[in-house]
Amino acid sequence: MEWLYNFPSMDIESLRALKKGIDSGFRGFTREYGVYIENAFEPLKQFLIWSERFMLDTPWPLIILLIAVITWVASRNKRIVIGTVITLLLIGYFDMWEDTMQTISMIFVCTVLSIVVGIPIGIAMSRSDRLQSVVNPILDVMQTMPSFVYLIPVVMLLGIGKVPGLIAVVIYAIPPIIRLTNLGIRLVDKDVLEAADAFGSSSWQRLKNVQMPLALPTMMAGINQTIMMALAMVVVASMIGVRGLGQPVLQAINNQYFSLGLFNGLAIVGIAIIFDRTSQAYGKRLQKYQEVVHG
Amino acid sequence: MVDDKASPGISVRNLYKIFGKDPEKYIDLVKQGMTKTELNDKHGHVLGLKDINIDMPAGGIQVVMGLSGSGKSTLIRHINRLIDPTAGEVLVGDVDVCQMNPAQLQEFRRHETAMVFQKFALLPHRTVMDNTVYGLEVQGVSRSEQLERAQRWIDRVGLTGFESNYPNQLSGGMQQRVGLARALTNDAPILLMDEAFSALDPLIRMDMQSVLLGLQKEIKKTVVFITHDLDEALRLGDKIAILRDGEVVQQGTGQHIVLNPADEYISSFVREVNRGRVVLVQTIMDTSVGLENREGPAIKIGTTLEKAAKIMTDGNSSMAHVVDAQGKMLGSLDIQAVISSMVTPISHDDPVAAE
Ligand SMILES: Nc1ncnc2c1ncn2[C@@H]1O[C@H](COP(=O)(O)OP(=O)(O)OP(=O)(O)O)[C@@H](O)[C@H]1O
Ligand SMILES: [Mg+2]
Repeated sequence: MEWLYNFPSMDIESLRALKKGIDSGFRGFTREYGVYIENAFEPLKQFLIWSERFMLDTPWPLIILLIAVITWVASRNKRIVIGTVITLLLIGYFDMWEDTMQTISMIFVCTVLSIVVGIPIGIAMSRSDRLQSVVNPILDVMQTMPSFVYLIPVVMLLGIGKVPGLIAVVIYAIPPIIRLTNLGIRLVDKDVLEAADAFGSSSWQRLKNVQMPLALPTMMAGINQTIMMALAMVVVASMIGVRGLGQPVLQAINNQYFSLGLFNGLAIVGIAIIFDRTSQAYGKRLQKYQEVVHG
Repeated sequence: MVDDKASPGISVRNLYKIFGKDPEKYIDLVKQGMTKTELNDKHGHVLGLKDINIDMPAGGIQVVMGLSGSGKSTLIRHINRLIDPTAGEVLVGDVDVCQMNPAQLQEFRRHETAMVFQKFALLPHRTVMDNTVYGLEVQGVSRSEQLERAQRWIDRVGLTGFESNYPNQLSGGMQQRVGLARALTNDAPILLMDEAFSALDPLIRMDMQSVLLGLQKEIKKTVVFITHDLDEALRLGDKIAILRDGEVVQQGTGQHIVLNPADEYISSFVREVNRGRVVLVQTIMDTSVGLENREGPAIKIGTTLEKAAKIMTDGNSSMAHVVDAQGKMLGSLDIQAVISSMVTPISHDDPVAAE
């Protein structure tokens, strides 16, 4: 009756062998192809370095002005712009400017990459039920897998640094944009699509003139979530050498510096709110045509 | 492809449409006479259209009537193949739309057809102007030409000044007119109009009917027009087909249907119609009188009874004679007969001789 109380598990020797097999297989793969993979990501690395250098080398008043202009163009909301400027000034005053700029630059690159990769996948999913039924479970796994687990294979492949951090963040943050692109396109009114067909739209014209514009507000909600998730993951990714606001937080945890953790934590909250409000206001503005309802 | 200049006729041949998971499986049962209700109750499939045969006149207006759910929208969607038939063919000119490959179909839709939708189906994120140019934009016409051609129709449907409004900002009737302008701007030889005037108020509706009839005088398009309104059908239709439960129950000219309703269903349709505007003088004229007996004013063949009565009362005469285009006498008219034909209620049991 012993098997009732102890789960009849695989014996320890075979289990060890299995794990060892997987690990050594992956290591072999890394030794074989690691260099090529690293080279393939070289352009991304250049982009990251360029964006970080831009944020750090530009005089801070210009950066504040630039961010204020971007938030204004996106949101057309004075309160959001003023809140943004005050937040940035406070961050600078408490000597977190450099870390914050690195984090913003990282989020920027991650978001661009997620959009560039995620939207085409979302479009492809919306066109094929089969693809959707394959991709959806993968996205589920990506979203529920503890984020630390991503770091392991990425570090094994590419070592410690910016690019592996970027990849880990993108893998973690990309599901919402894929899901909501797919959803937004599938929700487009059938009557409107029929009209587009009746006038002889090609499938590209259909996508460009009808599906994308009508799905855009939903896609914006996805981009907003992606940004928020990227921001959360950037802190975790500091464990593998992504620089920015995450590193002081990590340091604070290791050394029990409460105030250091608190300040940097608040700075992260601050830029999270800026990103969130701005992208949401932009999403709302995209739906302007729906607001002015007749009668 | 169909010739661009003259509008082609459309022949619908043995067209069947079954909605559901596995339409092919039931097509034979339906061909053997299974009814819509039976198919729905026993097999959970909806019979949309059953053995439709209609020859729509080239350069003329074909009206399709029928109660809600009788299959009108389903039928009109087969003409530009927004719906694929379960069986049968749709010939435009001598090309079968159902056999076109995707590229041919796209060409056909771009250049040969334009459609007005029952539910308007405007692009909500585009302004009135950008909706109206849509067909031309898809064709790749230059922007300046798009704007010019669209503006003409926006003006004509009475939406001048609303060019940069979004559909949501317009009333139902105005939205319908945007749909109308969008279709007319396309300037295609075939115009498919699914209850295109149903949301319009009576004045604008009359005006739009005149636009359509005026358009038919200049450039003869082949128009398929769906309506619930018999008066509208009689005013516009060169030919009328009446559907019930996906089947054609009667087709012919308006006068023919009003005078010879095929069954009680159609009688109930035509009972309330203003016959004075439908029945023509040659239908009731007396041809037994001597052909030299030219009494009263001359009335041209093809005149409605209502107009004839007006001419006769204006001329204060109780008799008139009907002449053809060359002025040759065809028969005589008596005011008594004119008035009684205008008011006789119709039941399908006592048909009056027509045409
Ligand atoms: N996609 C579909 N799937 C299943 N049944 C359908 C579909 N489209 C139409 N039908 C059915 O076909 C029949 C005819 O519908 P259709 O829309 O052609 O009617 P209609 O004559 O245009 O009515 P209305 O005057 O209300 O517009 C209805 O019974 C409807 O339920
Ligand atoms: Mg309909």
